[in-house]
Amino acid sequence: MGEPGTKELLSLEELEAAGGLRTGRKHLLSILVENKPGVLTRIAGLFARRGFNIDTLTVGPTDDDRVSRITLTLDGALHPIDQVTKQLHKLVNVIKIRDLEPDDTVSRELALFKVSVDGNQRGEVMQICEIFRGKVVDVTKRSLIVEITGTTDKVEAFERMVRPFGLIEMMRTGEIAISRGRGET
Amino acid sequence: MRAVDAVMECLKAEGVEVVFGLPGGANLPTYDAFYDAGIRHILVRHEAGGGHAAEGYAKATGKAGVALATSGPGATNVITPITDAMMDSVPTVFITGQVRTELLGTDGFQEADTIGISMPVVKHSFLIQHPLEIPRAIHEAFHIARTGRPGPVLVDIPQDLSRADIQYEPVNDVRLPGYQPTTEGNTKQIRQAAKALAAARRPVIYAGGGVINANGAPELTEFCLADRFPVTCTVMGLGAFPAPHEQWLGMLGMHGTRAANYAMDEADLICAVGARFDDRITGKLSEFAPRAKFIHIDIDPAEISKNVPAHIPIVGDAKNILAKLVAEYRALEFDSSRLDEWWTRIGGWRKKYPLRYEDSTDNEIKPQYMIQALYEATGGEAIVTSDVGQHQMWAAQYFHFSKPRRWINSGGLGTMGFGLPAAMGAQVGCPDQLVCCIAGDGSVQMNMQELATCAQEKIPIKVFIMNNGYLGMVRQWQELFWDKRYSQVDMGDFPDYLKLAEAYGATGLRFTDKRTLVSDMKDALATEGPVLVDVRVTREENTYPMIPAGQPAREMVG
Ligand SMILES: Cc1ncc(C[n+]2csc(CCOP(=O)(O)OP(=O)(O)O)c2C)c(N)n1
Ligand SMILES: [Mg+2]
Repeated sequence: MGEPGTKELLSLEELEAAGGLRTGRKHLLSILVENKPGVLTRIAGLFARRGFNIDTLTVGPTDDDRVSRITLTLDGALHPIDQVTKQLHKLVNVIKIRDLEPDDTVSRELALFKVSVDGNQRGEVMQICEIFRGKVVDVTKRSLIVEITGTTDKVEAFERMVRPFGLIEMMRTGEIAISRGRGET
Repeated sequence: MRAVDAVMECLKAEGVEVVFGLPGGANLPTYDAFYDAGIRHILVRHEAGGGHAAEGYAKATGKAGVALATSGPGATNVITPITDAMMDSVPTVFITGQVRTELLGTDGFQEADTIGISMPVVKHSFLIQHPLEIPRAIHEAFHIARTGRPGPVLVDIPQDLSRADIQYEPVNDVRLPGYQPTTEGNTKQIRQAAKALAAARRPVIYAGGGVINANGAPELTEFCLADRFPVTCTVMGLGAFPAPHEQWLGMLGMHGTRAANYAMDEADLICAVGARFDDRITGKLSEFAPRAKFIHIDIDPAEISKNVPAHIPIVGDAKNILAKLVAEYRALEFDSSRLDEWWTRIGGWRKKYPLRYEDSTDNEIKPQYMIQALYEATGGEAIVTSDVGQHQMWAAQYFHFSKPRRWINSGGLGTMGFGLPAAMGAQVGCPDQLVCCIAGDGSVQMNMQELATCAQEKIPIKVFIMNNGYLGMVRQWQELFWDKRYSQVDMGDFPDYLKLAEAYGATGLRFTDKRTLVSDMKDALATEGPVLVDVRVTREENTYPMIPAGQPAREMVG
């Protein structure tokens, strides 16, 4: 019905709504912005005003000093992602947005864990650390600081493992992400 | 030259004929430049008046309106018009003064974070950090304000930078890598839309202010007439289709006609053009047009599927797309008689539920009649602005707008006090046309001061105050939904508008008799200079019909 190039009409029943739908999964948005004052405020303000929740947000320079990269993650169960990206696109300083496909993306975050280690627990924590390819970056008599780099899943798994020992503090950068293959993100 | 002299050059290069503003410490250099720049500057009496005047100018002419304010209180005074221009997509440029750069962040005298305060309500803004940035910022501000979905753009210039010497070179390009509005409209989607329309048995064309912004009224009309499509407009879209007309259903929404709202409710296909499914249109969203599929044409992709998921989205300029849509539609084999049944149904509603009110049996002027009388007195040949309230809705219902840019009101923000300064701006932009303001007695007092500007500048607007002595729309809601507990809505018999008009240097008139109203109005229209007319109307009259807030269209009352 309604093939292009024909005069055949469409059947209205066949029409399906596009957009405005919730995907139910986590989304990683990679946003190129002009490196101008106030850009981050505009983005944060937009999210606040429209009631979009940001899970993580990182900002950093790129190889071009006129342009910065913002990587942010948000929950596609809570927000129609197309509406989020379209609103972001309306900001004049936003140059490009990519909603990264998880399978075609390498994403990493850095986390620092301060774990309390009394007596013989130290060995156990260090063992876990090794399994996760973490790095011990500070040691005192009663604590360790471990540096973990990896996907969010890995960081969260490590957290679950060391929490029982006594997690004094944890700091995470939020994810940065880059698309796989030769093309630019 | 001084950066401010470059600003004047930029304004001229942008074709600016007039600006509205009021000076202060932080924009003294700019005003020094105005002294002999040869650009008309209208000294308003409140910056909000200047901002709304810029909006009225823009809406009447289609050109960008320009308003100026100093830092701090001057800038905060334009926040309302900026927000209004954002909500109604009005192309406007606001240039504000800022304290000297050395004072920024120190809570200096008259320092306000204008960029920060305005950020959520501007299309874009420029904080000038170097005098050399000024010409490009002004140029890009106009470009952004006018193109795509129009809106307000603010340029904030610190005082010291504005007086700095710069080498001025005209700017002929824009460098906005993140700003490329889509205007063309996808051909495949347009073809799909044509086919869906040809298949629809109960279609409705629902047009909004975007059609007027795109100067697309002729194309909309041609499209609607390409078949027997029923058409309705939002309060922002009135005039996009020539009313009254066989295919015209009247305005839709909270105070729209039953024919328009019921048609939306029963439609199988709704074609939205430059309209955004605001809650005043949809009522209860989950029960809005339950049987319909949607074609949504808009220049702003973010509007599509924001409130109502679109089945055929078309991003682009309405004028452009409608022209292509007509061509695609005409190429199809459609059968207009498929709409017979639909028109019979619509005809039934029209007959059963015309707009109506009970007229007075004595001399009393019913507010609805006041609008009809003005329509008659002007022959419909006028630009009409309005404030916000009952009078606005009656004006929208009873004054038929047959052309675009004839009806200028604050639809999205609903800003009381909009009408009088907007009329001033419209009159400045269209000196040869009759400009009337249908004002509320509550609203008009919010920007009354601009009557002095009109008197001084000889701007001959005719202001008709629908004087019911009440904040009428609020009183109506209190009557209907709050048990008639009239809390803080009675304004009594104040002020005396005759004396006020005289004090401002305008002509004051008072009309109280319906039998002579049309001829009285004609006299008022023939009076030279600005005229303020106090029209005494029935105090407690309600605007009907009405979809109570949050209810579906089927539940219209009155
Ligand atoms: C600045 C502002 N304040 C408050 C309101 C809320 N409001 C909406 S309509 C209305 C009454 C307006 O009264 P009037 O101008 O006399 O018009 P009427 O409804 O009586 O015709 C009010 C207070 C508003 N829209 N704008
Ligand atoms: Mg009133």
